[in-house]
Amino acid sequence: MIISVASGKGGTGKTTVAVNLALSIGNIQFLDCDVEEPNAHIFLNPKIEKIESFEILHPIIDESKCNLCGKCGKICEFHAIAVMPKKVIIFEELCHGCGGCALICPQKAITEKSKELGIIRIGRCINDIEFLDGVLNLGQAHASPLIRQVKKTAAQIKNKNQQITIIDAPPGTSCPVINTVKETDFCILVTEPTPFGLNDLILAVETVKKLNIPFCVVINRFDIGDNKVEKYCKDENIPILMKIPFSKEIALSYSEGIPIVEKYPEYKKIFYDLFENIIKRVNVNIQ
Amino acid sequence: MDSEKKICITSQGDNLDSEVAPRFGRCQYFIIVDTDTLQFEAIENSSINMRGGAGIQSAQLIASKDVKIVLTGNVGPNAFTSLQSDGIEIITGISGTVRETIKQYKKGLLKTTKNSTVDAKSGINKK
Repeated sequence: MIISVASGKGGTGKTTVAVNLALSIGNIQFLDCDVEEPNAHIFLNPKIEKIESFEILHPIIDESKCNLCGKCGKICEFHAIAVMPKKVIIFEELCHGCGGCALICPQKAITEKSKELGIIRIGRCINDIEFLDGVLNLGQAHASPLIRQVKKTAAQIKNKNQQITIIDAPPGTSCPVINTVKETDFCILVTEPTPFGLNDLILAVETVKKLNIPFCVVINRFDIGDNKVEKYCKDENIPILMKIPFSKEIALSYSEGIPIVEKYPEYKKIFYDLFENIIKRVNVNIQ
Repeated sequence: MDSEKKICITSQGDNLDSEVAPRFGRCQYFIIVDTDTLQFEAIENSSINMRGGAGIQSAQLIASKDVKIVLTGNVGPNAFTSLQSDGIEIITGISGTVRETIKQYKKGLLKTTKNSTVDAKSGINKK
């Protein structure tokens, strides 16, 4: 079973929930798919055992073979190739690396060169957690292919004792979030009880509903703000499966980069209850 | 049309009295006009609602029409690179009607630009 942890708004506590949930369950896979700013490693402190390069292919035109027929430009979904009267121009930042241009070129004038988009780190941390994260290179625009590759790699190396995968998603509701959350069995939406939290929660709810993924809400910093998030969830029939208090001890452990359940083991049960509650809703058999 | 006198003006409408469109890649029409006879062709821009690459598509279209000069409001970096590769000159900062623009151009009042004037994708969702 794969549980994704997402939120419309940034900074609501996705990583906090994902990490503490992972540590409370144990013997699982943990994926940080927030590839533009992965930070779950700070809490989990994994020992990285393997780093894989993730590359994309870009076309190169051999001008001596090109007869400017224009087929490469026509097939390119992202208009990354301009076929001008005297030459062909490639716009790498628009290229998604599908390879269609090289396949269709009747002159065999297109070869492909690979360019690193980012890396995937694989390692292990405490409580038998297998850790993977994606790190997008600075200035790269293609977060989604790297996210898909992190998920694919995780699925390939997963052993049959690891029944649970927890995925920390990027914030927002755009392509990287969709690519992270889709094909997961359950999604936890983390929010905060503020007008900003509610605004972005509504967007996130619409997104997961469209993806047809069962979901719940976790309210972080529960004792501050207003009750509008609760009212919204009640009106929409959305289960709130956990409320994390706005407490000094939680803030302290966060500020030191220590997971809550490490510093205060009594929280383990609370996070494990959240997990059990989710299992009941997804209706899968977990031994 | 004599290609030496053939210019392209981005336009909001399909005739010479239309306002010049401020965006090259996402203009409503390309008006290709002979500056002497004022004979023109208005081409509707099918790239106007594209998610990306509108400037590149538009540049390919204009190049295929054997135009030597483009007059518009602003041009992005990808369109600029494409047009320049074909030796097409670009004059930016144009507003007013297409007809007025032709007059100004003929008087030699307009200067070509050496760089793109806006960032990539800056024409999306703007009027």
